Amino acid sequence: MLAAARCVVYRDLLLALRRRGDVAVALLFFVIVASLFPLGIGAEPNLLRSIAPGVIWVAALLSSMLSLGRLFAADYDDGTLEQMLLGAAPLGVVAAAKAFAHWLVAGLPLVAIAPLIALQYDLGAGLWGILALSLLVGTPVLSLLGAVGAALTLGLRGGGVLLSLLVLPLYVPVLIMGAGAVEMAAAGLGGGGQLLVLGAMLVLAAAFAPWAIAAALRISLE
Amino acid sequence: MLEAADLRCERGGRVLFERLSFRLGAGEFLRVSGANGSGKTSLLRVLCGLLTPSRGSVRWKGEPVAALREEYARQLVYLGHAPAVKGDLTAEENLSIACTLAGVAASRDAVKSALARFALPDDVPVRRLSQGQRRRAALARLALSGGVPLWLLDEPFAALDAEGIERLGALLSGHAEKGGAIVFTTHQDPGFAATRTLELA
Amino acid sequence: MKWFWYASPQTFYPLAGRIARWSALGAAVLAVCGLYIGFFVAPTDAQQGEAYRIIFIHVPAAWMSMFIYVVMAVWSALCLALNTRLSGMMAAALAPTGALFTFIALWTGSLWGKPTWGTYWVWDARLTSELILLFLYLGFIALRASIDDPRRADRAAAVLAVVGVVNVPIIYYSVQWWNTLHQGASVSLTRAPSMAATMLTGMLVMALAFWLYAIAVSMVRVRCIIRERGE
Repeated sequence: MLAAARCVVYRDLLLALRRRGDVAVALLFFVIVASLFPLGIGAEPNLLRSIAPGVIWVAALLSSMLSLGRLFAADYDDGTLEQMLLGAAPLGVVAAAKAFAHWLVAGLPLVAIAPLIALQYDLGAGLWGILALSLLVGTPVLSLLGAVGAALTLGLRGGGVLLSLLVLPLYVPVLIMGAGAVEMAAAGLGGGGQLLVLGAMLVLAAAFAPWAIAAALRISLE
Repeated sequence: MLEAADLRCERGGRVLFERLSFRLGAGEFLRVSGANGSGKTSLLRVLCGLLTPSRGSVRWKGEPVAALREEYARQLVYLGHAPAVKGDLTAEENLSIACTLAGVAASRDAVKSALARFALPDDVPVRRLSQGQRRRAALARLALSGGVPLWLLDEPFAALDAEGIERLGALLSGHAEKGGAIVFTTHQDPGFAATRTLELA
Repeated sequence: MKWFWYASPQTFYPLAGRIARWSALGAAVLAVCGLYIGFFVAPTDAQQGEAYRIIFIHVPAAWMSMFIYVVMAVWSALCLALNTRLSGMMAAALAPTGALFTFIALWTGSLWGKPTWGTYWVWDARLTSELILLFLYLGFIALRASIDDPRRADRAAAVLAVVGVVNVPIIYYSVQWWNTLHQGASVSLTRAPSMAATMLTGMLVMALAFWLYAIAVSMVRVRCIIRERGE
């Protein structure tokens, strides 16, 4: 069972490595979206500092969603997904591994480059830690919830737009808590409570989302 | 070993087949033939448990496959219409990953010799291979699946040249001799005798 | 058992017709009573004047919008667990009504907001949760609409509804945390009602009318779905 999970993660990382461009595009999207806000709003430092957590989180959310469409679609088209359904490991385990691989490719890099954006917004260096931490705990939830939507919209016309309609409302609590943690820390109140709530969301999502993904995949492949 | 009882399958409001029953024992070949759209692929997908029949059930050694799930999946190889081969990976990577997912232990050497058996280069991304070679890359899995009793193959002979058909035929007969059971679909003459045939209208 | 007897679309069809007729009648009568109480019997509010009277539509609609989502999710869970055809159809029939009530709650909320807060939209916690709930409903409807095979549509939408209903309280509480500057719940079962008894009666009568309306409309819709699928 673990061998299968490891194999799926290894395979998805290998595929991402062979298609480095796709990964880079999602990261570039994150940077560009975050850089657009000052152009639209104006470069007033205090304003930028106050909107930074929200802007960075919204950009991270959109960037993570951008690559969801490919999460299962390629495997669906070439028949690999059928083989995963007929694999030796329970589908829930494979689904969790796919979501984890998606996070490694589309979530973790965001954590690494978020401080760079924070720099653009003149967010105090003391807040970089909590920003990165909130993204570290929050983005896996995005990958898990997003995978449910990706599995449900598999092979449908207009799948990409539909996917965002399904997934974005579900992302709201993560956005609120993630950006909230940074805002609370910026106000000197400490964002520990919000981080704990994010952690609880991650535990919940990790426990239940894989089975929802598995059910959705079975339905979509019938 | 495999038993289908009173199967009925509907796709998009159209009944593809109904009251379909058969039993398949060890060492038997079942050839499913029929025109395009007669439900050959759907039948195979029902047999491997990907598709739930609207009536009837599929049993493996007396147990309904819907209840067995992974346990049943470990005892079958299904090669579908799509080759389930990743263009960005080499044939070797594809094969060893497919085996790990299926729970079949395959050493590096075993993988290499299986690829050699189908005359495939092992270090080129599959994307650069021809259609027939891609098909072979998928079929190479069978060479490592001798221990898996049930083979369900959808159009295994399509896109293969004469030599490929011969190799595959030898592999299938060898599996049947060792007590395996095989169901395959085709609308062309495979060039060897199946023990049973099923014609879908 | 009688429950399972009615679980088949063919046997449910005539029953649904009868339920629809009687609920529609009840809904009409109760709506007239409720609106009469709301507009003529209930006293004018000391602070908000006549504008507050919109709560007789706003509050019951907001209640219904959340309640219908839960009912939809229960039908969806049944659809996934028992694989009965009728449950998926019921969930499908409820979704547009739920979305309608959510929209009414939002609309009346913003109309109420103009005289009370001075703007049509404030990012009040409850309005915001309603907005997200509307998105959840629209997602459910859009997912169903883009799947051709009715069985797959039923089951895929069911997974979404179940995932959604787990999220609704999380969304609700996180939005509430996000905006703690909202009005306290006006009707609470644990607290003594802060409003006149006639106001509460009016609201409860309207809620009942909305209930019956939702039942009537979803029954009519489920009959359409049954006929559409040729059951």
